[in-house]
Amino acid sequence: MSDAAVFSDITTQTDSLTTADGRPLKAALAAAQARARRRAFFLVLPLLAFVLLTFVAPIGQMLHRSVHNPGFTEHHDIASGAKTPIMVNLRQWFDDNADAAPDETAYAALAADLLVLRDLKAAGNVGTRINYERAGSRSLFTKAARNAKKLEPPYTEAILDLDEDWGDPALWQVMRGASSAYTLNFYLAAIDKTRDAGGNVVAVDEVRQVYVKLFLRTLFLSLLITVLCFVLAFPIAHLLATLPLRYSNLLMIFVLLPFWTSLLVRTTSWIVLLQSEGVLNDAMVATGILADENRIQMMYNQAGTIIAMTHILLPFMVLPLYSVMRPIDKSYVRAARSLGATSWTAFRRIYFPQTVPGIGAGALLVFILAVGYYITPALVGGADGQLISNFIAYHMTKSLNWSLAAALAAILLGGILILYWLYDQLVGIDNLKLG
Amino acid sequence: MTAVSEQDFVVFDHVQKSYDGETLVVKDLNLSIGKGEFLTMLGPSGSGKTTCLMMLAGFETATHGEILLDGNPINNIPPHKRGIGMVFQNYALFPHMSVAENLAFPLEVRGWGKSEREDKVKRALDMVQMGDFGGRRPAQLSGGQQQRIALARALVFDPALVLMDEPLGALDKQLREHMQYEIKHLHESLGITVVYVTHDQSEALTMSDRVAVFDDGRIQQLAPPSALYEQPMNSFVAQFIGENNKLSGKVKALDGDIATVELDNGASCTALAVNCGAVGSPTLISVRPERVSVAAADGPNTTEAQVKELIYLGDHIRCRLNVHGNDEFIVKVPNAAGHSHLTVGETTRVSWLAEDARALDAA
Ligand SMILES: Nc1ncnc2c1ncn2[C@@H]1O[C@H](COP(=O)(O)OP(=O)(O)OP(=O)(O)O)[C@@H](O)[C@H]1O
Ligand SMILES: [Mg+2]
Repeated sequence: MSDAAVFSDITTQTDSLTTADGRPLKAALAAAQARARRRAFFLVLPLLAFVLLTFVAPIGQMLHRSVHNPGFTEHHDIASGAKTPIMVNLRQWFDDNADAAPDETAYAALAADLLVLRDLKAAGNVGTRINYERAGSRSLFTKAARNAKKLEPPYTEAILDLDEDWGDPALWQVMRGASSAYTLNFYLAAIDKTRDAGGNVVAVDEVRQVYVKLFLRTLFLSLLITVLCFVLAFPIAHLLATLPLRYSNLLMIFVLLPFWTSLLVRTTSWIVLLQSEGVLNDAMVATGILADENRIQMMYNQAGTIIAMTHILLPFMVLPLYSVMRPIDKSYVRAARSLGATSWTAFRRIYFPQTVPGIGAGALLVFILAVGYYITPALVGGADGQLISNFIAYHMTKSLNWSLAAALAAILLGGILILYWLYDQLVGIDNLKLG
Repeated sequence: MTAVSEQDFVVFDHVQKSYDGETLVVKDLNLSIGKGEFLTMLGPSGSGKTTCLMMLAGFETATHGEILLDGNPINNIPPHKRGIGMVFQNYALFPHMSVAENLAFPLEVRGWGKSEREDKVKRALDMVQMGDFGGRRPAQLSGGQQQRIALARALVFDPALVLMDEPLGALDKQLREHMQYEIKHLHESLGITVVYVTHDQSEALTMSDRVAVFDDGRIQQLAPPSALYEQPMNSFVAQFIGENNKLSGKVKALDGDIATVELDNGASCTALAVNCGAVGSPTLISVRPERVSVAAADGPNTTEAQVKELIYLGDHIRCRLNVHGNDEFIVKVPNAAGHSHLTVGETTRVSWLAEDARALDAA
């Protein structure tokens, strides 16, 4: 159908437009666009599949794991792959007796379940699950399961005979919580809260309150690193954007050099430089600026984390800034000057506002990367330079409390999303300029 | 300094400029601009026009020489204290500010109060017929509208001197002509001094009181538009301004104002001796196409001409002829009643007055 045909239709019949062969114009347009859309969809399909598989699915899994832990409800035999429900009797008792203190029937149910655990060799796993929330519970379960055959009524005494701790109301509270695979207890743990014997949410002991402090420290250090990156990157980016090309290319290589060097190499070279026996301290001692016994601790503490991470994340601030500064024509500042502004006013009122989208992008990038940073704090952070990611990693690899790791990670993710939302409200995400 | 004559409002005194220390971009510029004058710097690309403007505005420093504004040397005065309004080629409207904020900016940095500011901005917007656009962002305006705002912004703080660097370069022909008129009108009604840069000669001729033709870092001629067109002082200006026929030869004799020139093909003709040097020096004769008459029975400087090409242009017909061996000799034949019509290939006769031919330097 030719354009002319459409045209003549448009002119003759303005109220309901049709194509030359009588199809409504809207439908024809939609059909034409649908084809283009389908083609576009097939082009992005591989990436979509990849993202779904490697990004959306794992994050979904993580979020699920943070509220779901079947350690007390199901035994997964790795060899055969069989899944067997466990603690069936006790869970039934919990269901029937809300808020009740354990009585003889409860202990009887426990004894029956322990027998099952013994046969499945699952006491260790169940004990670990309870151990997450009450230290020292794992040995209780393994010992009790070993002796499960010998238990005889009255079970209350028999079990308490094995270990006094079985009478601990907190233990029963934890078991009650764990009796449902879905629980929010890991989130409570992630914000230093727990349930007391009565099931009320309370703060954990002072000495075990780590995560809130850690979240705050992570937030604070990330902000500090973002600010430092901004302060360092702004002049560099400005120089890059205004220098003649041959100098700015060289400078750009220096900025990008860290990108081409392994993260580990960069981090370890900071150790070489800054440790108490390192190059910098040695030089200062050698030149007499510093006494040998007063060597400055710049590694294995917060200072180490801040210095190394600022260095590593600097390019992520420089590049967005550079990309907004490069196209800012110098005639803007000149115009401002000719209109009577001092160079400072011209910078503040004219130049700086035009770099804001780059600042926003850079700050958001650096902050989000810093919040989730792991390797550098792990290597140079010492005790007080650890960030939340290091504890997530710890729970993933050492304590194997994956649900707590997932809850911590989910809180981190939520926090970042909230910040992103805030940013969108304040600056507008379409003002973001990455390059 | 009050004893400065009206004629010396802006003075370039032996100004030189080099960016790299190797070549001079501006070579010995001497120029006096009178108060209230509209002076245009016209010249080919790279001839140093923008550089001169930037030195005047304070964004480049003169390598040598002095620039005086109202009698005061301004080499050491920073741009923001010069009080010179400037319109940039790309307008340079601040993209993060509304039109009204853009206009208020120069008043704000001068410490004006809010209400006076709003008043003045409103008047400035009305002056360029953009009264309803104060709330828009520059990106929401058309090119011509942005141009007006840039103009208003350069004028809003009442500068005595306004510089414009190819302000109409980005506009289409019709809009450009309209804006030329408006700028000229503003210049007249406000009584400001304007230094205007362009490389569009018709723009220069229609708007200016005087035009400085730049080439190669020098002013080739500084004259009112009519003088520039009718009395070019050297062959660059003759070439650059308007259409021009050139015939090269050697000066054979000088008789008062009139030079007799032996052309390259051996023929001789007479021309006004303007800038041709002594007898024996090479010269270039310049004749404007509209000063040549075709098929004249016999006048001065009559010669044979073969018609090479005819282009019909409505009101006149452009003929390309071969005259004295020059294939590019252009003549404009009016498309008037009773005028003879030429045909391609035909041989005819052309002639021109000796006063209409100018013997210039052989560049
Ligand atoms: N910042 C600079 N550094 C070095 N050389 C420059 C600089 N600005 C201009 N030049 C050179 O100076 C010469 C004159 O430039 P200028 O911009 O004054 O020309 P112009 O007459 O304004 O030309 P146009 O009509 O193209 O704008 C050119 O050869 C140019 O390459
Ligand atoms: Mg220029």
